Amino acid sequence: MTVAANPVGQAIVWINDPLNWTNPGGMLDRLGEHLTISALAVALGCLVAWPLGLWLGHVGRGGGVVVLVSNATLAIPTLALLTILPVVFASGFGKTPVVVALAVFAVPPLLANAYTGVRQVDPEAREAARGMGLSGGQLLRRVELPLAVPYLAAGFRTAAVQVIATAALASFVNGGGLGQIIRTGFGLGIAAGGGQIVAGGVLVAGLALLAEVVLGGVERLVTPRPLRRGRQRLGRPRPADATGNA
Amino acid sequence: MSFRLSYRADPGNPWFSWQYVRDNSDTILAAVREHASLTGRAVLIAVLIAVPLSVLAYWVRPLAGPILAVSGVVYTIPSLALFAFIAPYLGTGTTTVLVGLVLYALLLIVRNVVAGLNQVPPEVREAAEGMGYGRWGRLFRIDLPLALPGVVTGVRLATVSTVALVTVGVLVGHGGLGQLIFAGFQNNLYKAEIMTATLLCVALAVVLDLLLILVARLVTPWSTGRAR
Repeated sequence: MTVAANPVGQAIVWINDPLNWTNPGGMLDRLGEHLTISALAVALGCLVAWPLGLWLGHVGRGGGVVVLVSNATLAIPTLALLTILPVVFASGFGKTPVVVALAVFAVPPLLANAYTGVRQVDPEAREAARGMGLSGGQLLRRVELPLAVPYLAAGFRTAAVQVIATAALASFVNGGGLGQIIRTGFGLGIAAGGGQIVAGGVLVAGLALLAEVVLGGVERLVTPRPLRRGRQRLGRPRPADATGNA
Repeated sequence: MSFRLSYRADPGNPWFSWQYVRDNSDTILAAVREHASLTGRAVLIAVLIAVPLSVLAYWVRPLAGPILAVSGVVYTIPSLALFAFIAPYLGTGTTTVLVGLVLYALLLIVRNVVAGLNQVPPEVREAAEGMGYGRWGRLFRIDLPLALPGVVTGVRLATVSTVALVTVGVLVGHGGLGQLIFAGFQNNLYKAEIMTATLLCVALAVVLDLLLILVARLVTPWSTGRAR
Protein backbone atom coordinates (compact mmCIF):
# COMPACT_ATOMS: atom_id res chain seq x y z
CA MET A 1 0.00 0.00 0.00
CA THR A 2 2.34 2.70 -1.18
CA VAL A 3 0.61 6.00 -1.59
CA ALA A 4 2.07 8.89 -3.54
CA ALA A 5 2.72 12.11 -1.65
CA ASN A 6 0.92 14.52 -3.94
CA PRO A 7 -0.24 12.82 -7.13
CA VAL A 8 -1.95 15.88 -8.58
CA GLY A 9 1.13 18.06 -8.14
CA GLN A 10 3.28 15.34 -9.67
CA ALA A 11 0.83 15.01 -12.55
CA ILE A 12 1.06 18.74 -13.31
CA VAL A 13 4.84 18.50 -13.30
CA TRP A 14 4.72 15.46 -15.58
CA ILE A 15 2.36 17.08 -18.07
CA ASN A 16 4.46 20.25 -18.15
CA ASP A 17 7.61 18.39 -19.17
CA PRO A 18 7.90 18.97 -22.93
CA LEU A 19 9.84 15.71 -23.35
CA ASN A 20 6.82 13.77 -22.13
CA TRP A 21 4.94 15.20 -25.11
CA THR A 22 7.44 14.66 -27.89
CA ASN A 23 9.39 11.57 -26.78
CA PRO A 24 8.87 8.38 -28.74
CA GLY A 25 5.92 6.86 -26.86
CA GLY A 26 5.14 10.30 -25.44
CA MET A 27 1.71 11.86 -25.21
CA LEU A 28 1.50 12.91 -28.86
CA ASP A 29 2.46 9.44 -30.09
CA ARG A 30 -0.02 7.78 -27.78
CA LEU A 31 -2.77 10.24 -28.71
CA GLY A 32 -2.17 9.49 -32.39
CA GLU A 33 -2.35 5.73 -31.74
CA HIS A 34 -5.45 6.13 -29.63
CA LEU A 35 -7.27 8.16 -32.27
CA THR A 36 -6.19 5.87 -35.13
CA ILE A 37 -7.34 2.69 -33.39
CA SER A 38 -10.62 4.32 -32.33
CA ALA A 39 -11.37 5.79 -35.76
CA LEU A 40 -10.72 2.48 -37.51
CA ALA A 41 -12.84 0.58 -34.98
CA VAL A 42 -15.79 2.97 -35.26
CA ALA A 43 -15.55 2.93 -39.07
CA LEU A 44 -15.53 -0.86 -39.08
CA GLY A 45 -18.46 -0.93 -36.67
CA CYS A 46 -20.47 1.46 -38.88
CA LEU A 47 -19.67 -0.58 -41.96
CA VAL A 48 -21.16 -3.69 -40.36
CA ALA A 49 -23.90 -2.34 -38.09
CA TRP A 50 -25.50 0.40 -40.17
CA PRO A 51 -26.41 -1.60 -43.30
CA LEU A 52 -27.62 -4.46 -41.10
CA GLY A 53 -29.61 -2.22 -38.76
CA LEU A 54 -31.17 -0.21 -41.60
CA TRP A 55 -32.10 -3.36 -43.47
CA LEU A 56 -33.59 -5.05 -40.39
CA GLY A 57 -35.56 -1.87 -39.69
CA HIS A 58 -36.68 -1.70 -43.32
CA VAL A 59 -38.04 -5.23 -43.37
CA GLY A 60 -39.33 -4.74 -39.82
CA ARG A 61 -37.87 -7.90 -38.38
CA GLY A 62 -35.00 -8.85 -36.13
CA GLY A 63 -35.78 -6.64 -33.14
CA GLY A 64 -34.96 -9.66 -31.00
CA VAL A 65 -31.55 -10.02 -32.63
CA VAL A 66 -30.75 -6.40 -31.88
CA VAL A 67 -31.59 -6.82 -28.19
CA LEU A 68 -29.69 -10.10 -28.02
CA VAL A 69 -26.55 -8.53 -29.47
CA SER A 70 -26.71 -5.68 -26.93
CA ASN A 71 -27.19 -8.01 -23.99
CA ALA A 72 -24.53 -10.48 -25.05
CA THR A 73 -21.82 -7.85 -25.43
CA LEU A 74 -22.77 -6.44 -22.05
CA ALA A 75 -21.64 -9.61 -20.30
CA ILE A 76 -18.39 -10.14 -22.22
CA PRO A 77 -15.46 -8.41 -20.53
CA THR A 78 -13.57 -6.14 -22.91
CA LEU A 79 -10.32 -7.50 -21.62
CA ALA A 80 -11.33 -11.03 -22.63
CA LEU A 81 -12.15 -10.02 -26.18
CA LEU A 82 -8.97 -7.98 -26.51
CA THR A 83 -6.98 -11.01 -25.40
CA ILE A 84 -8.82 -13.63 -27.43
CA LEU A 85 -8.84 -11.89 -30.80
CA PRO A 86 -5.05 -11.83 -31.28
CA VAL A 87 -5.23 -15.62 -30.89
CA VAL A 88 -8.00 -15.93 -33.45
CA PHE A 89 -6.21 -13.79 -35.98
CA ALA A 90 -2.95 -15.58 -35.28
CA SER A 91 -1.27 -12.51 -36.67
CA GLY A 92 0.45 -11.59 -33.46
CA PHE A 93 -0.24 -8.33 -31.74
CA GLY A 94 -0.73 -5.89 -34.58
CA LYS A 95 -3.44 -3.29 -34.62
CA THR A 96 -5.99 -5.48 -36.42
CA PRO A 97 -7.18 -7.62 -33.48
CA VAL A 98 -7.48 -4.56 -31.25
CA VAL A 99 -9.49 -2.69 -33.87
CA VAL A 100 -11.80 -5.67 -34.40
CA ALA A 101 -12.29 -6.15 -30.64
CA LEU A 102 -13.22 -2.49 -30.19
CA ALA A 103 -15.50 -2.60 -33.24
CA VAL A 104 -17.44 -5.43 -31.59
CA PHE A 105 -18.29 -3.08 -28.74
CA ALA A 106 -19.25 -0.30 -31.16
CA VAL A 107 -21.81 -2.49 -32.92
CA PRO A 108 -24.68 -2.63 -30.34
CA PRO A 109 -25.39 1.12 -30.08
CA LEU A 110 -24.94 1.57 -33.85
CA LEU A 111 -27.17 -1.37 -34.65
CA ALA A 112 -29.88 -0.53 -32.13
CA ASN A 113 -30.11 3.09 -33.23
CA ALA A 114 -30.13 2.29 -36.96
CA TYR A 115 -32.92 -0.23 -36.35
CA THR A 116 -34.95 2.13 -34.15
CA GLY A 117 -34.28 5.01 -36.53
CA VAL A 118 -35.98 3.23 -39.41
CA ARG A 119 -38.74 1.70 -37.27
CA GLN A 120 -39.79 5.08 -35.86
CA VAL A 121 -40.51 6.50 -39.34
CA ASP A 122 -44.15 7.49 -39.55
CA PRO A 123 -46.02 4.64 -41.29
CA GLU A 124 -48.01 7.24 -43.18
CA ALA A 125 -44.85 8.68 -44.71
CA ARG A 126 -43.93 5.16 -45.76
CA GLU A 127 -47.38 4.55 -47.27
CA ALA A 128 -47.25 7.85 -49.13
CA ALA A 129 -43.85 6.96 -50.59
CA ARG A 130 -45.18 3.57 -51.66
CA GLY A 131 -48.16 5.29 -53.24
CA MET A 132 -45.81 7.54 -55.20
CA GLY A 133 -44.37 4.38 -56.70
CA LEU A 134 -41.10 4.12 -54.82
CA SER A 135 -39.56 0.67 -54.75
CA GLY A 136 -38.33 -0.90 -51.52
CA GLY A 137 -34.75 0.25 -52.08
CA GLN A 138 -35.83 3.76 -53.04
CA LEU A 139 -38.05 3.95 -49.98
CA LEU A 140 -35.12 3.04 -47.76
CA ARG A 141 -32.74 5.48 -49.44
CA ARG A 142 -35.01 8.49 -49.98
CA VAL A 143 -37.43 8.33 -47.06
CA GLU A 144 -36.36 6.06 -44.25
CA LEU A 145 -32.63 6.82 -44.30
CA PRO A 146 -32.97 10.64 -44.14
CA LEU A 147 -35.53 10.36 -41.36
CA ALA A 148 -33.25 8.01 -39.42
CA VAL A 149 -30.24 10.35 -39.55
CA PRO A 150 -30.73 11.79 -36.02
CA TYR A 151 -30.80 8.27 -34.64
CA LEU A 152 -27.73 7.27 -36.61
CA ALA A 153 -25.95 10.31 -35.19
CA ALA A 154 -26.98 9.41 -31.65
CA GLY A 155 -25.73 5.86 -32.13
CA PHE A 156 -22.50 7.15 -33.63
CA ARG A 157 -21.87 9.38 -30.64
CA THR A 158 -22.51 6.63 -28.12
CA ALA A 159 -20.39 4.15 -30.05
CA ALA A 160 -17.51 6.56 -30.60
CA VAL A 161 -17.35 7.64 -26.95
CA GLN A 162 -17.50 4.02 -25.90
CA VAL A 163 -14.72 2.98 -28.26
CA ILE A 164 -12.50 5.88 -27.20
CA ALA A 165 -13.04 4.87 -23.57
CA THR A 166 -12.41 1.19 -24.25
CA ALA A 167 -9.36 1.85 -26.42
CA ALA A 168 -7.56 2.74 -23.19
CA LEU A 169 -7.64 -0.98 -22.35
CA ALA A 170 -5.71 -1.81 -25.52
CA SER A 171 -2.62 -1.05 -23.47
CA PHE A 172 -3.11 -4.37 -21.65
CA VAL A 173 -2.42 -6.25 -24.87
CA ASN A 174 0.38 -3.89 -25.93
CA GLY A 175 -1.95 -2.22 -28.41
CA GLY A 176 -0.72 1.29 -27.58
CA GLY A 177 -2.97 4.27 -27.00
CA LEU A 178 -3.22 6.66 -24.09
CA GLY A 179 -3.81 3.80 -21.65
CA GLN A 180 -0.16 2.95 -22.11
CA ILE A 181 0.79 6.09 -20.16
CA ILE A 182 -1.20 4.85 -17.17
CA ARG A 183 0.25 1.35 -17.46
CA THR A 184 3.79 2.71 -17.64
CA GLY A 185 3.07 4.77 -14.53
CA PHE A 186 1.96 1.66 -12.66
CA GLY A 187 5.09 -0.07 -13.92
CA LEU A 188 7.16 2.58 -12.14
CA GLY A 189 5.26 1.99 -8.91
CA ILE A 190 2.76 4.35 -7.37
CA ALA A 191 5.30 6.37 -5.38
CA ALA A 192 7.38 7.21 -8.44
CA GLY A 193 4.74 6.99 -11.16
CA GLY A 194 1.75 8.49 -9.32
CA GLY A 195 1.97 11.71 -11.29
CA GLN A 196 2.17 9.90 -14.60
CA ILE A 197 -0.77 7.66 -13.63
CA VAL A 198 -2.98 10.65 -12.83
CA ALA A 199 -1.78 12.52 -15.93
CA GLY A 200 -2.68 9.51 -18.10
CA GLY A 201 -6.07 9.34 -16.42
CA VAL A 202 -6.67 13.03 -17.15
CA LEU A 203 -5.79 12.52 -20.83
CA VAL A 204 -7.99 9.43 -21.25
CA ALA A 205 -10.94 10.98 -19.41
CA GLY A 206 -10.48 14.33 -21.17
CA LEU A 207 -10.51 12.73 -24.59
CA ALA A 208 -13.69 10.76 -23.80
CA LEU A 209 -15.49 13.82 -22.44
CA LEU A 210 -14.32 15.94 -25.40
CA ALA A 211 -15.63 13.34 -27.85
CA GLU A 212 -18.96 13.27 -25.99
CA VAL A 213 -19.32 17.07 -26.20
CA VAL A 214 -18.19 17.43 -29.83
CA LEU A 215 -20.28 14.54 -31.13
CA GLY A 216 -23.23 15.77 -29.06
CA GLY A 217 -22.93 19.01 -31.04
CA VAL A 218 -22.78 17.09 -34.32
CA GLU A 219 -25.85 15.15 -33.28
CA ARG A 220 -27.71 18.41 -32.65
CA LEU A 221 -26.64 19.81 -36.01
CA VAL A 222 -27.95 16.89 -38.02
CA THR A 223 -31.22 16.71 -36.09
CA PRO A 224 -33.92 18.78 -37.81
CA ARG A 225 -35.01 21.65 -35.57
CA PRO A 226 -38.55 20.45 -34.80
CA LEU A 227 -37.23 17.13 -33.53
CA ARG A 228 -34.63 18.58 -31.19
CA ARG A 229 -36.59 19.31 -28.07
CA GLY A 230 -36.67 16.81 -25.26
CA ARG A 231 -34.96 13.96 -27.02
CA GLN A 232 -31.59 13.60 -25.47
CA ARG A 233 -30.94 9.91 -25.68
CA LEU A 234 -32.60 8.99 -28.88
CA GLY A 235 -34.12 5.57 -28.55
CA ARG A 236 -31.05 4.25 -26.90
CA PRO A 237 -31.92 1.10 -25.06
CA ARG A 238 -30.48 1.28 -21.57
CA PRO A 239 -28.72 -2.10 -21.66
CA ALA A 240 -26.27 -0.98 -24.32
CA ASP A 241 -25.50 2.06 -22.21
CA ALA A 242 -23.81 -0.09 -19.68
CA THR A 243 -21.19 -1.47 -22.01
CA GLY A 244 -19.56 1.94 -21.97
CA ASN A 245 -16.79 1.32 -19.53
CA ALA A 246 -16.32 -2.37 -19.28
CA MET B 1 6.87 -45.18 -28.83
CA SER B 2 8.43 -42.21 -30.51
CA PHE B 3 4.98 -41.16 -31.59
CA ARG B 4 3.83 -41.10 -27.98
CA LEU B 5 6.85 -39.12 -26.94
CA SER B 6 6.41 -36.48 -29.56
CA TYR B 7 2.74 -36.31 -28.68
CA ARG B 8 3.64 -35.69 -25.04
CA ALA B 9 6.33 -33.20 -25.90
CA ASP B 10 3.85 -31.06 -27.79
CA PRO B 11 0.74 -30.64 -25.65
CA GLY B 12 -0.40 -27.92 -28.05
CA ASN B 13 -2.43 -24.92 -27.14
CA PRO B 14 -6.05 -26.09 -27.00
CA TRP B 15 -9.02 -23.75 -26.58
CA PHE B 16 -10.10 -25.70 -23.57
CA SER B 17 -8.44 -28.30 -21.43
CA TRP B 18 -9.77 -30.20 -18.43
CA GLN B 19 -6.17 -30.89 -17.57
CA TYR B 20 -5.66 -27.16 -17.04
CA VAL B 21 -8.83 -26.81 -15.01
CA ARG B 22 -7.91 -29.78 -12.79
CA ASP B 23 -4.33 -28.70 -12.24
CA ASN B 24 -5.26 -25.13 -11.42
CA SER B 25 -8.57 -25.56 -9.64
CA ASP B 26 -7.27 -23.73 -6.55
CA THR B 27 -6.21 -20.66 -8.52
CA ILE B 28 -9.41 -20.66 -10.55
CA LEU B 29 -11.63 -20.99 -7.49
CA ALA B 30 -9.76 -18.21 -5.72
CA ALA B 31 -10.23 -15.98 -8.77
CA VAL B 32 -13.95 -16.77 -8.97
CA ARG B 33 -14.28 -16.06 -5.27
CA GLU B 34 -12.51 -12.70 -5.56
CA HIS B 35 -14.57 -11.82 -8.63
CA ALA B 36 -17.88 -12.70 -7.00
CA SER B 37 -17.03 -11.02 -3.71
CA LEU B 38 -15.92 -7.79 -5.43
CA THR B 39 -19.10 -7.77 -7.51
CA GLY B 40 -21.34 -8.52 -4.54
CA ARG B 41 -19.78 -5.95 -2.26
CA ALA B 42 -19.72 -3.27 -4.97
CA VAL B 43 -23.38 -3.72 -5.91
CA LEU B 44 -24.47 -3.89 -2.27
CA ILE B 45 -22.65 -0.69 -1.31
CA ALA B 46 -23.92 0.97 -4.50
CA VAL B 47 -27.53 0.10 -3.65
CA LEU B 48 -27.12 1.40 -0.10
CA ILE B 49 -25.88 4.74 -1.45
CA ALA B 50 -28.00 4.94 -4.60
CA VAL B 51 -31.46 4.46 -3.09
CA PRO B 52 -31.23 7.33 -0.55
CA LEU B 53 -29.63 9.50 -3.26
CA SER B 54 -32.51 8.75 -5.64
CA VAL B 55 -35.08 9.51 -2.95
CA LEU B 56 -33.32 12.82 -2.39
CA ALA B 57 -33.51 13.57 -6.11
CA TYR B 58 -37.19 12.58 -6.05
CA TRP B 59 -38.11 14.72 -3.07
CA VAL B 60 -35.98 17.76 -3.82
CA ARG B 61 -36.74 18.32 -7.49
CA PRO B 62 -34.04 20.97 -8.12
CA LEU B 63 -31.44 18.37 -7.10
CA ALA B 64 -32.58 15.79 -9.66
CA GLY B 65 -30.95 17.55 -12.63
CA PRO B 66 -27.52 18.00 -11.04
CA ILE B 67 -27.46 14.48 -9.55
CA LEU B 68 -28.22 12.89 -12.92
CA ALA B 69 -25.87 15.24 -14.80
CA VAL B 70 -22.94 14.50 -12.49
CA SER B 71 -23.56 10.78 -12.74
CA GLY B 72 -23.65 11.10 -16.52
CA VAL B 73 -20.27 12.84 -16.59
CA VAL B 74 -18.67 10.34 -14.19
CA TYR B 75 -20.09 7.51 -16.26
CA THR B 76 -18.38 8.88 -19.36
CA ILE B 77 -14.99 8.66 -17.65
CA PRO B 78 -13.32 5.46 -18.87
CA SER B 79 -12.78 2.81 -16.20
CA LEU B 80 -9.01 2.81 -16.66
CA ALA B 81 -8.88 6.55 -16.02
CA LEU B 82 -11.12 6.23 -12.98
CA PHE B 83 -8.86 3.57 -11.48
CA ALA B 84 -5.89 5.78 -12.33
CA PHE B 85 -7.42 8.64 -10.34
CA ILE B 86 -8.18 6.46 -7.33
CA ALA B 87 -5.07 4.30 -7.13
CA PRO B 88 -2.53 6.99 -6.17
CA TYR B 89 -4.68 7.78 -3.12
CA LEU B 90 -5.89 4.35 -2.04
CA GLY B 91 -2.93 2.27 -3.22
CA THR B 92 -3.01 -0.93 -5.21
CA GLY B 93 -5.41 -2.91 -3.07
CA THR B 94 -8.93 -4.22 -3.47
CA THR B 95 -10.23 -0.92 -2.06
CA THR B 96 -9.27 0.90 -5.25
CA VAL B 97 -11.14 -1.61 -7.41
CA LEU B 98 -14.12 -1.57 -5.06
CA VAL B 99 -14.44 2.23 -5.07
CA GLY B 100 -14.30 2.33 -8.87
CA LEU B 101 -16.88 -0.42 -9.23
CA VAL B 102 -19.19 1.25 -6.70
CA LEU B 103 -19.05 4.54 -8.60
CA TYR B 104 -20.12 2.96 -11.89
CA ALA B 105 -22.78 0.73 -10.33
CA LEU B 106 -24.08 3.71 -8.38
CA LEU B 107 -24.79 5.67 -11.54
CA LEU B 108 -26.69 2.88 -13.24
CA ILE B 109 -28.82 2.27 -10.17
CA VAL B 110 -29.55 5.95 -9.45
CA ARG B 111 -30.68 6.52 -13.02
CA ASN B 112 -33.12 3.61 -12.93
CA VAL B 113 -34.44 4.22 -9.40
CA VAL B 114 -35.14 7.87 -10.22
CA ALA B 115 -36.95 6.76 -13.37
CA GLY B 116 -38.90 4.22 -11.32
CA LEU B 117 -39.90 6.78 -8.70
CA ASN B 118 -40.90 9.32 -11.33
CA GLN B 119 -43.31 6.90 -12.96
CA VAL B 120 -45.40 6.51 -9.81
CA PRO B 121 -48.75 7.85 -11.07
CA PRO B 122 -49.69 11.24 -9.58
CA GLU B 123 -53.20 9.94 -8.79
CA VAL B 124 -51.70 7.23 -6.62
CA ARG B 125 -49.58 9.78 -4.82
CA GLU B 126 -52.55 12.03 -4.21
CA ALA B 127 -54.69 9.13 -3.05
CA ALA B 128 -51.95 8.16 -0.58
CA GLU B 129 -51.82 11.72 0.72
CA GLY B 130 -55.59 11.78 1.01
CA MET B 131 -55.45 8.61 3.06
CA GLY B 132 -53.21 10.43 5.49
CA TYR B 133 -49.83 8.96 4.63
CA GLY B 134 -46.95 11.15 5.74
CA ARG B 135 -43.83 11.66 3.70
CA TRP B 136 -41.97 8.62 5.07
CA GLY B 137 -45.00 6.40 5.21
CA ARG B 138 -45.76 7.16 1.59
CA LEU B 139 -42.15 6.52 0.63
CA PHE B 140 -41.97 3.06 2.19
CA ARG B 141 -45.54 1.91 1.60
CA ILE B 142 -46.28 3.46 -1.80
CA ASP B 143 -43.42 5.04 -3.73
CA LEU B 144 -40.60 2.53 -3.21
CA PRO B 145 -42.73 -0.59 -3.74
CA LEU B 146 -44.08 0.90 -6.98
CA ALA B 147 -40.57 1.88 -8.04
CA LEU B 148 -39.27 -1.62 -7.33
CA PRO B 149 -39.18 -2.68 -11.01
CA GLY B 150 -36.90 0.31 -11.69
CA VAL B 151 -34.71 -0.66 -8.75
CA VAL B 152 -34.50 -4.22 -10.04
CA THR B 153 -33.59 -3.08 -13.57
CA GLY B 154 -30.86 -0.86 -12.18
CA VAL B 155 -29.43 -3.55 -9.92
CA ARG B 156 -29.44 -6.14 -12.71
CA LEU B 157 -27.69 -3.80 -15.15
CA ALA B 158 -25.21 -2.78 -12.48
CA THR B 159 -24.48 -6.40 -11.57
CA VAL B 160 -23.86 -7.61 -15.11
CA SER B 161 -21.69 -4.65 -16.03
CA THR B 162 -19.80 -4.88 -12.73
CA VAL B 163 -18.91 -8.50 -13.43
CA ALA B 164 -17.39 -7.41 -16.74
CA LEU B 165 -15.74 -4.38 -15.18
CA VAL B 166 -13.96 -6.27 -12.38
CA THR B 167 -11.49 -7.56 -14.98
CA VAL B 168 -10.10 -4.03 -15.40
CA GLY B 169 -8.90 -4.38 -11.79
CA VAL B 170 -5.95 -6.21 -13.34
CA LEU B 171 -4.41 -2.75 -13.47
CA VAL B 172 -3.89 -2.86 -9.69
CA GLY B 173 -3.53 -6.62 -9.46
CA HIS B 174 -7.04 -7.43 -8.20
CA GLY B 175 -9.05 -8.27 -11.27
CA GLY B 176 -10.58 -11.58 -10.17
CA LEU B 177 -10.91 -13.71 -13.29
CA GLY B 178 -9.33 -10.88 -15.25
CA GLN B 179 -6.15 -11.84 -13.47
CA LEU B 180 -6.28 -15.26 -15.20
CA ILE B 181 -7.15 -13.73 -18.58
CA PHE B 182 -4.19 -11.40 -18.32
CA ALA B 183 -1.88 -14.16 -17.07
CA GLY B 184 -2.93 -16.32 -20.03
CA PHE B 185 -2.13 -13.47 -22.37
CA GLN B 186 1.30 -12.94 -20.88
CA ASN B 187 1.91 -16.67 -20.73
CA ASN B 188 2.40 -16.82 -24.48
CA LEU B 189 -1.32 -16.71 -25.22
CA TYR B 190 -2.31 -19.77 -23.24
CA LYS B 191 -5.76 -20.24 -24.76
CA ALA B 192 -7.15 -22.70 -22.19
CA GLU B 193 -6.53 -20.24 -19.37
CA ILE B 194 -7.97 -17.25 -21.22
CA MET B 195 -11.02 -19.21 -22.38
CA THR B 196 -11.76 -20.78 -18.98
CA ALA B 197 -11.65 -17.41 -17.25
CA THR B 198 -13.77 -15.73 -19.94
CA LEU B 199 -16.43 -18.44 -19.83
CA LEU B 200 -16.53 -18.31 -16.03
CA CYS B 201 -16.90 -14.52 -16.23
CA VAL B 202 -19.87 -14.73 -18.58
CA ALA B 203 -21.34 -17.61 -16.54
CA LEU B 204 -21.03 -15.58 -13.34
CA ALA B 205 -22.87 -12.67 -14.98
CA VAL B 206 -25.64 -14.96 -16.22
CA VAL B 207 -26.03 -16.77 -12.88
CA LEU B 208 -26.17 -13.53 -10.89
CA ASP B 209 -28.68 -12.08 -13.37
CA LEU B 210 -30.90 -15.14 -13.06
CA LEU B 211 -30.66 -14.96 -9.27
CA LEU B 212 -31.76 -11.32 -9.38
CA ILE B 213 -34.69 -12.17 -11.65
CA LEU B 214 -35.72 -14.79 -9.09
CA VAL B 215 -35.39 -12.31 -6.22
CA ALA B 216 -37.39 -9.78 -8.24
CA ARG B 217 -40.20 -12.31 -8.75
CA LEU B 218 -40.25 -12.97 -5.00
CA VAL B 219 -40.34 -9.33 -3.91
CA THR B 220 -42.82 -8.19 -6.57
CA PRO B 221 -45.33 -11.03 -6.65
CA TRP B 222 -47.88 -8.70 -8.22
CA SER B 223 -45.92 -8.26 -11.45
CA THR B 224 -46.72 -11.48 -13.24
CA GLY B 225 -45.22 -10.32 -16.51
CA ARG B 226 -41.54 -10.65 -17.27
CA ALA B 227 -39.44 -8.72 -14.79
CA ARG B 228 -37.60 -6.09 -16.72
